[in-house]
Amino acid sequence: MNDLLHFLQSPWPWWVGGPLIGLTVPLMLWLGNKSFGISSNLRHICAVLLPEQVKPGFFKYDWRAEEWNLMFAAGLVLGGLLAGVIFANPDPVRLSVAGVKTMGELGVTVQAGLVPPEARDLSKPGVWLILALSGLLIGFGTRYGGGCTSGHAITGLSTLQLPSLYATLAFFATGILSANSLLPLLLGLLK
Amino acid sequence: MSAVTVPATRTRAATGLLAYLLAGIYFGVVLVKSEAASWYRLQEMFRFESFHMFGLIGSAVVTGLITTQLLRRFGQTRNGESIRITPKDPGWRRYVLGGACFGVGWGLTGICPGPIFVLLGAGVWPALVVLAFALLGTYLYGVFQAQLPH
Repeated sequence: MNDLLHFLQSPWPWWVGGPLIGLTVPLMLWLGNKSFGISSNLRHICAVLLPEQVKPGFFKYDWRAEEWNLMFAAGLVLGGLLAGVIFANPDPVRLSVAGVKTMGELGVTVQAGLVPPEARDLSKPGVWLILALSGLLIGFGTRYGGGCTSGHAITGLSTLQLPSLYATLAFFATGILSANSLLPLLLGLLK
Repeated sequence: MSAVTVPATRTRAATGLLAYLLAGIYFGVVLVKSEAASWYRLQEMFRFESFHMFGLIGSAVVTGLITTQLLRRFGQTRNGESIRITPKDPGWRRYVLGGACFGVGWGLTGICPGPIFVLLGAGVWPALVVLAFALLGTYLYGVFQAQLPH
């Protein structure tokens, strides 16, 4: 029993998780010729929430035809509950030696859970600023760029689409810059 | 006749949607278990300090590529239709500019749209702040779409 629980709680190595992520692409095609991509849901949620009178044209479409994707997003929440709470890994992530050193420099403690306590402490205005700025750019950028990591890096590259290669190169390049320079800068300013 | 077919199509629509819910649960579990939704793993990735995330994304793309090709050649959808992949609109500006904006946000928290929903389920409430502002960002794109180079 304990062995089973331990098995269910354990994280998976990349060579288990990666192929399972990749299989989502043919899975969604098999389910109904759907192109797998999560960020479109941000548009659908806007289309659902915005009143008709103030809707920009971008949100005037039949979102009901995209209910399948909203169901997928609802599933993500349940998946997070299942793997992140019910069968949560009780141990901290096993980071590399360099990774552990970086966490020290960023001022976060390595603990069990998906996000360090310092990065989810909403009593700190700086945490709000970083979360808000991040969210704003994620929403704006994914719609402008027509997709995120799932739609471009996973689906687009798997189906050999050149636009997805441009998008993936762009978000990896600025992601690396942002994490290495903007994040430490903001953390330093907010100290 | 219609009295029989209408409930039948409704049932099919409902089970159709349920399948996507299950697919979402599957993907959410995989994102947590593979640590792709981990703040720590993403910061480690952006600093090239571990192979984990690169192995994860690389093997995902290779698996997606091979299995999608196999499905296209030898398979069909569950309803027996042939597989169609909608190509992305051609061009590069919007992909580079939009992708670049997204990347800056992604680097700050290591959160992309999938993990926003997964973290909410995992009880990481600050993800709600990210979601709220992501919706605002999406709205702003909708407002300024015509003024942006695509």
